[in-house]
Amino acid sequence: MQSDLTTHFPMRNARVHEACGAAALGFAVVFASLRQGHVLLIRESWRADVVNPMGAAPFFDPARLLVAFVKDQTEGLAVMEEALRDGAVGTVIAELNKPLDLTAGRRLQLAAKTGNTTGLCLISEDMGSNAAETRWKCDPVFDPNGSDSTLMRWSLIKNKSGTLCSWYVRWNPYKSDPAHRVVVVSTPVN
Amino acid sequence: MSLWFPRLSTERVLRLRPQTGPFALTLKESNANRIYCLNAEAEQSGLHRGMPFSDARAFCAGLNSQVVDLAADQRFLLVLRRWATRYCPWVGLEGRDGLTLDITGSAHLFGGEVALIADIQRHLARAGISVAIGVAATRGAAWAVAHYAVNPAPVDDAQAALAPLPVAALRLENKTVVALQRLGLRHIGDLIQAARAPLMRRFGPDLLMRLDQALGTQPEEITPLAEPPHYAVRITLPDPIGLAEDVMAGTARLLDQLCRKLVSNGVGARVLQLTLRRVDREAQQVELRLARALHDPARILPLFERAVQGVDAGFGIDQLRLEASRVEQVVQEQISHVAHSKQDRLDDLITRIGARIGLENIQRFLPADSHIPERSFLIAPAAFSTPDGAWGAPPLSRPLQLFPPEGIAGHQPQPPTRFRWRRMGLTVGRAIGPERIAPEWWLEDENWRSGLRDYWRIETREGRRLWLFYTPQAPAWFVHGEFA
Repeated sequence: MQSDLTTHFPMRNARVHEACGAAALGFAVVFASLRQGHVLLIRESWRADVVNPMGAAPFFDPARLLVAFVKDQTEGLAVMEEALRDGAVGTVIAELNKPLDLTAGRRLQLAAKTGNTTGLCLISEDMGSNAAETRWKCDPVFDPNGSDSTLMRWSLIKNKSGTLCSWYVRWNPYKSDPAHRVVVVSTPVN
Repeated sequence: MSLWFPRLSTERVLRLRPQTGPFALTLKESNANRIYCLNAEAEQSGLHRGMPFSDARAFCAGLNSQVVDLAADQRFLLVLRRWATRYCPWVGLEGRDGLTLDITGSAHLFGGEVALIADIQRHLARAGISVAIGVAATRGAAWAVAHYAVNPAPVDDAQAALAPLPVAALRLENKTVVALQRLGLRHIGDLIQAARAPLMRRFGPDLLMRLDQALGTQPEEITPLAEPPHYAVRITLPDPIGLAEDVMAGTARLLDQLCRKLVSNGVGARVLQLTLRRVDREAQQVELRLARALHDPARILPLFERAVQGVDAGFGIDQLRLEASRVEQVVQEQISHVAHSKQDRLDDLITRIGARIGLENIQRFLPADSHIPERSFLIAPAAFSTPDGAWGAPPLSRPLQLFPPEGIAGHQPQPPTRFRWRRMGLTVGRAIGPERIAPEWWLEDENWRSGLRDYWRIETREGRRLWLFYTPQAPAWFVHGEFA
């Protein structure tokens, strides 16, 4: 089924969405680059890998990025709810490693609605919550045509208000208008 | 009145760690270790101030010593100064080891000057601090009596009291003292009788000014230190309260008072402590650490809400005390039509999240000037830094995620065609590189012991785009990051 990416992406404001797959972080920075305001990234402090601001610089100004290091997921969800409800930051991205139950997911949705902020949970596969507005599966794809490519396959695998579809997408840093930097290469037939 | 603490430094150290026997503090001055201060027992065994430390050890085998901490001595002197304000409000510092008090009009409160001296001596003796006290009509004469008189007593006639004292008692430079002694003017009495004009020509105005100050023909002020402002307010209630709203209402009143004080001094609170004393004499502490210095009660009050909810009121709270335990200067900003409120809201959010996870756990990145990937940025707590600097990054040449290097199989300088990483078999579709990065020799770094690194951007057939490096000086391959 054919569908236009622009009707689904950037995702609906004032909701919490989910992304999974190997390129979920790439999806998150592309999404953050299309939004105004600060980006709050919530991650657990034991993680050894770091988000490299030099790597995020082509997508958005790293001065907009704030990182909150939390002890465990409960604390992380509390911080996420607080930040969503407050609305002082534009985007809240949280890395989750345990599935959300319906109550927690719903609380995040309500907080996002109150604060008019968009949340994005980075999850591993098969960990999605029923309360999420949309869920995206994002995988990097080898691009035979060009080097320095950011070709990814984005599959919309859950959508509360619309159809499911998937796209091959590349991010083009040279376009002046941020809205046009996401280039749809092709739409695979599901 | 002049107080002189001749053994201030040693007595401060010995108060903290009592010990018997000769003891001295040393100070390294112009490349020589000399004795700075010593106790009475050390003095009896023939040591004196300014003596080289090695000589002192030769004289006195059982000498214990320590290096002097001048900053701590200064703090101790400030403590003594604050204590001395119990005798009069006008207390100034006198050099490194003395105080000057203006006791005009306050001596009678303690039963006269003699009784006042006895009271000071009694208190200081109990604290283990030796003191020499001089009381005179002028500051100079009091100093001279404290430092040089054989049995210091209140002096009425400055001229008669000073005449037998050596000229050094006039607070002169060492050079002048030696020169006066060579001229045969050994005592202040000689100086008073000498003709003034030749002295003026020979020594300049300084000597005569000191003499006149001591005799009272020229005025000399005492500069009292200003009390540091105290940012704490409290409220005591006739009946205990227990509801969170009531506590918040009390806090609001305190905050209004406190903020008025903060505003008038041009500072803002960074850490606030609310102490709630309960009826059963227990106290509950609520600490609020702010993401930036604030003095606006309307903004601080809501930040207290969450912490106050968690307080156990017990049988009720009957005293509230609010203290700004850390304050910072606040720069007054021009209010403009460009909205600043977004930044204020962000700071409030950081404060609120920081109250839950710790203020230093919310961090932001600052650019740093280095080619080493891990050092090309700094991580700083968001509350204690401002975003600045330019992120001039070449597009897409740095990975989005950095791992601690993970070893993979391979020893050839050319990138492998297939490799296993994280239990995934990957086939290389395209390899871009190498980009050679050399370790920064001026900084010791454990991770860069293996020397040079050749970085490759590897695009795998499976899709993942990884940042690999090869270490030519110790042949091995590592995965260091992943691109978007």
